[in-house]
Amino acid sequence: MYIFTKNTQIICLSLIMIGLIAIGYGFYSASKTHYSDDEIKEKVKSISYNLASTKNSQDINKAKYDSHHGSKKHKFSDLFHAVEKELHCHFSEEEIASAESIDDVIYITKHYFHAKKQRPWSSLFASNLFFLMISLAGLVWLAVQYISQSGWSASLLRIPQAVSAFLPYGGIIMLFIIITGALHWHHTFHWMDSSLTYEYVVEESMQTDHPIYTNEKGDGIISNANYDYIIAGKTAYLNIPFFILRAIIYLLGWCLAAFLLRKFSLKEDLEGGVKWHNKMFTVSAIFIVFAAVTTSTAAWDWIMSIDTHWFSTLFGWYSFASFFVSACAVIAIITIHLKYKGYLENVNENHMHDFGRYLLAFSIFWTYLWFAQYMLIWYANIPEEVTYYQIRFESYHILIIIALILNFLNPMLLIQDRDAKRLKGQVLFVAILILIGHFIDVFVMVMPGTVGTHWHLGFVEIGTFLGYLGFFTFVVLRSLSSVPLDQKNHPMLIESKHHHI
Amino acid sequence: MSKEKVIYGLYDDDDIILDAVKAIREKGHHIDEVYSPFPIHGLDHAMGLKHSRIAITSFIYGCIGASCALLMFWYMMIYDWPMIIGGKPNFTLNENLPAFIPITFEMTVFFASHLMVITFLIRCGLYPGSSSTSPDPRTTDDKFLMEIHVDEDAKKVKKIKDLMKKTGAIEIKEKE
Repeated sequence: MYIFTKNTQIICLSLIMIGLIAIGYGFYSASKTHYSDDEIKEKVKSISYNLASTKNSQDINKAKYDSHHGSKKHKFSDLFHAVEKELHCHFSEEEIASAESIDDVIYITKHYFHAKKQRPWSSLFASNLFFLMISLAGLVWLAVQYISQSGWSASLLRIPQAVSAFLPYGGIIMLFIIITGALHWHHTFHWMDSSLTYEYVVEESMQTDHPIYTNEKGDGIISNANYDYIIAGKTAYLNIPFFILRAIIYLLGWCLAAFLLRKFSLKEDLEGGVKWHNKMFTVSAIFIVFAAVTTSTAAWDWIMSIDTHWFSTLFGWYSFASFFVSACAVIAIITIHLKYKGYLENVNENHMHDFGRYLLAFSIFWTYLWFAQYMLIWYANIPEEVTYYQIRFESYHILIIIALILNFLNPMLLIQDRDAKRLKGQVLFVAILILIGHFIDVFVMVMPGTVGTHWHLGFVEIGTFLGYLGFFTFVVLRSLSSVPLDQKNHPMLIESKHHHI
Repeated sequence: MSKEKVIYGLYDDDDIILDAVKAIREKGHHIDEVYSPFPIHGLDHAMGLKHSRIAITSFIYGCIGASCALLMFWYMMIYDWPMIIGGKPNFTLNENLPAFIPITFEMTVFFASHLMVITFLIRCGLYPGSSSTSPDPRTTDDKFLMEIHVDEDAKKVKKIKDLMKKTGAIEIKEKE
């Protein structure tokens, strides 16, 4: 029986406190300095008017003359700097260069404040998605052990069971994020904006807060300037009721499988025999089929739909490879933690060897899918596909390089060797780095579509991640400590004990 | 110089020979070879064999494969006859690297696996024209054979023979 010690609990709770402070600070700072769209319009116009009146026409001519000769001064750089000073914001060189008219300046300023408002939501979403999907992948890992009739892992199956205990918690927060998105509290899924999907708008309602959009032409109805025919073409799948329904179906299915596998395993402890083992085999087989479909569709729904225009056929497997290797890392870390604490006497360096192989193989699988997706898009060079990598390579290249080093080179170099895979400390080190690397990967999946070029990896993001780490660890270890750590009647316990490679 | 004797012990089960190997080595005798129709798990460890160095050769062959592939691409696609494919830049190896990676990977695997198998076969004495070294053809079917070299010493020979008998050998032979 694992005892969830006071010290570990205190560490977890203090991490949760850090996370709450970070996310609270994120929401506070986003709302404190927020300006509404109309306020921004007014302010930028008045700043522009003041600038024009204080300047004589010669200066403006000079600025124009300079820009024609390739000097660094752009048409609206003075205005941008004035706006930066007045509204306490920041613009990149590219944004300053791209503005062609005063409307562009207003648009870019609005964009900055939208990204700022979105930032705490995005960091909450990224962390929640990461740990929810790790929990799911831990359950898939458990099901794989039952389906493949694996003997080696029989003495540590309580750990993936405990990892999957996080599913309901992460799932409820996921539903919360989706529903608040549908209520337009935030714009993580920007296709939820109905102004994008209707071709026409009722002219009279345009000035109100809630314009009436329609697809029928008629009297007093004009065409909608925001209409996006690519997103409109996807409404059969990407519409709010179906989206919420799908999320509920996925989460219910996953939680049911986690609940059944745990219940059957506890019954097996009491009654013995292979009856419950066979039942678990059946549940695992059905769950694997369900998970094979839902991990892909969940990745399309929750991650790919952030960049609504873009699509990639192998995205579901790519993101699931990321979550699966993270789940392997989490299970390995917990096993090693228990080993250091003196539990699990049947687990030895042969089991570490298997964890090392899992980590190495799935890290290479992830890299393969990452590269396959990248290379096809790079080679085909189709505009609607390359936008995905353009923003990532321009603004997120540091994170991509760090993720590739941590997720590919790190396991490749450090646990390639047989002897290295059998060392607890080395597997632990590599697993922790892999976990960090895959969080960065998820960060790069989520952020460009939600906060664009105005990303930070600061207190809010790291604090939220740490908070989730504490939350996840607390839930998992509490679940682990509530039942006996060793299964008594698993039919392959002896094989696990004598596992030797 | 004393003459050397070879003692063969024939066993009919892989578990029995594995235990026999452990028991005989515990008594301090060196086992030179075990012939078996299939690999026995844990036998190399029980016999005290040194770690195989084939992984190192595999790494070297892989490096050779990767450099061969990159050299080939550089010569064909950049130096000798540059071709514009899909509007991709093709002036340096670096710019066009993503397109070359799949074949580089294939070449690395090809070189590493084939050369490693060839190395393995040569080290096992299975090159073309080699003759069989197995002292008993039954080891290719369902029997297991242990081979121990000892100096001409009647006492020691008898001791080993007794040990073999005790550990379950079904047939014991002696050769000058």
